[in-house]
Amino acid sequence: MAPVQAVIAKELRVYFVSPIVYVVGAVFLLIFGLLSYLYVGFAGAQAIQLMQMQGGSAQINLNDLVFRNLFASMRIVLLIILPILTMRLFAEERKLRTFEFLLTSPLRVNDIVVGKFISVFVIYLGLVGLTTLVPTVLMLFSDFDWNPIWTGYLGMVLLGALFLSVGLFASAVTENQIVAAFVSFGMLLTIWLIAGLGSLFGDTAAGHLISYVSYMEHYERLVRGLIDTSDLVYFGSGLVLMLFLTHRVVESTRWK
Amino acid sequence: MIDVHNITKRYGHHTAIDRVTFSVAKGEVLAFLGPNGAGKTTTMRILTCFMPATEGTARVAGFDCTDQPLEVKRQIGYLPETPPVYQELTVTEYLTFVGQLRGMTGPKLTSALDQSIGRLELGTVRYRLIGNLSRGYRQRVGLAQALLHDPPVLILDEPTVGLDPKQIIEIRELIKSLAGSHSVILSTHILPEATAVCQRVVIINKGRIVAEDTPEQLSARLRQSEKVSLTLRSCPADCETKLRAIPGVLHVLPGQGGGTFLIECELGRDLRDELAHVAVMNQWGLLELRTVSMTLEDVFLQLTRHEDHATETTEATVSLASTDSKNG
Repeated sequence: MAPVQAVIAKELRVYFVSPIVYVVGAVFLLIFGLLSYLYVGFAGAQAIQLMQMQGGSAQINLNDLVFRNLFASMRIVLLIILPILTMRLFAEERKLRTFEFLLTSPLRVNDIVVGKFISVFVIYLGLVGLTTLVPTVLMLFSDFDWNPIWTGYLGMVLLGALFLSVGLFASAVTENQIVAAFVSFGMLLTIWLIAGLGSLFGDTAAGHLISYVSYMEHYERLVRGLIDTSDLVYFGSGLVLMLFLTHRVVESTRWK
Repeated sequence: MIDVHNITKRYGHHTAIDRVTFSVAKGEVLAFLGPNGAGKTTTMRILTCFMPATEGTARVAGFDCTDQPLEVKRQIGYLPETPPVYQELTVTEYLTFVGQLRGMTGPKLTSALDQSIGRLELGTVRYRLIGNLSRGYRQRVGLAQALLHDPPVLILDEPTVGLDPKQIIEIRELIKSLAGSHSVILSTHILPEATAVCQRVVIINKGRIVAEDTPEQLSARLRQSEKVSLTLRSCPADCETKLRAIPGVLHVLPGQGGGTFLIECELGRDLRDELAHVAVMNQWGLLELRTVSMTLEDVFLQLTRHEDHATETTEATVSLASTDSKNG
């Protein structure tokens, strides 16, 4: 077993022994379920209204009324929940003095950073996987287009990966888990708000550039069902950048 | 096996260790003694590649700690001050993880695991969560972790802290049994531990090595006179005068209880023969006659507590230490 696999296995084990995954998972799935229920409820109410106005049957678009809203709402849920999942990754190691052990083991810093990221990403994928139950159940009762749902899920996976890498970075800069959670929450919210700053500049080169830095427009396009290379590049490079910064922070503790 | 040459570590303006030089031969056990904040842990962290030295070179098993950290880490088993254990894992899970990090797999890992658990008597707790274990057990799990891959070099930061007296003796025996095949550096506050376990002692204070030698040689070197304790059954009034008359005797100090004297003699002279002779000739009834050697505690306190004295001896001992290390 390569060292990076050992790190992943150990992280997963620690996650599942501690209550954190169960609590975060339960809250995440509960909110996803509630939101789905609400949007389906709204869609139903709208359908009834349409039927009363037009008479006869009315076609409602579940893609627009349920899934797009659902995916859009998940941004804020991920923003709040994922920092809780990542906050322990490095902060706990520092607090318990196991950080020194990791850095004095024959491991590259890369192995530690990538191993930790993959472990939390696997947990996140598991949680996202469980949410596919909602469209699967809805499929039994109505017709909708699966393609925008797949791109929506792709968006959620990419956005989650980016959020997790920001959380990992925040966890590396402190030994206090609460501080780590707040730092990643703050960073994610700031990057979100940069989108607003971009729109202030309007349709100019600066405006586009600033908006590009925020994950908002990239995620929205995926939720709408558009797969654009520039969005994939954005998420990929953001992820690599955050992992690189985490690597630097971990490495720098040795020089302090 | 371990070669440290003139390493200095500065944190901003604070110098944690200052031009430290020493070496450890293969199979040797070396104790690092010093008060808190003397630089013991910093030195160990440099050797384990946790942090680089500001200046100087450190080599372990021929590999440079700055340039070949991965190679160095493979040669070392390290027990930090706080045992580096994960509370959410069981002892077996934790040691398996440590083995995997060191690239061990399959039967090799299983046998190393069993051996390490057996050596530290962790058999009864091997399936328990480390978080539920006592301080002593955690310390032993930490030691098991350092020994797991049977490294040629062991660096142990206060290995017996938190253990009960019986366990302390067991761990000392374990460390002694490692001598010969393993090079060991251990830091300790407990001076008898250094005497019991180590062939050589380095005393470090305020980041500088103040002495380096065997425990016996250290006490001999700092002794200003030979001391002999003499106990007599009967001591007439003139016996003190008669003792003082023996050539080579500097002082005769009455000790506690009647009939006991502490006799200071010139350095390098063993006057026990003459003292016995005089006592027998005068029919004083010789009950006990023994040399009083300086304990390591005395040496340690003399070197670290009395600042003025320490700075005086520093120059002399540092030069001695460096010649020693060259010879070694």
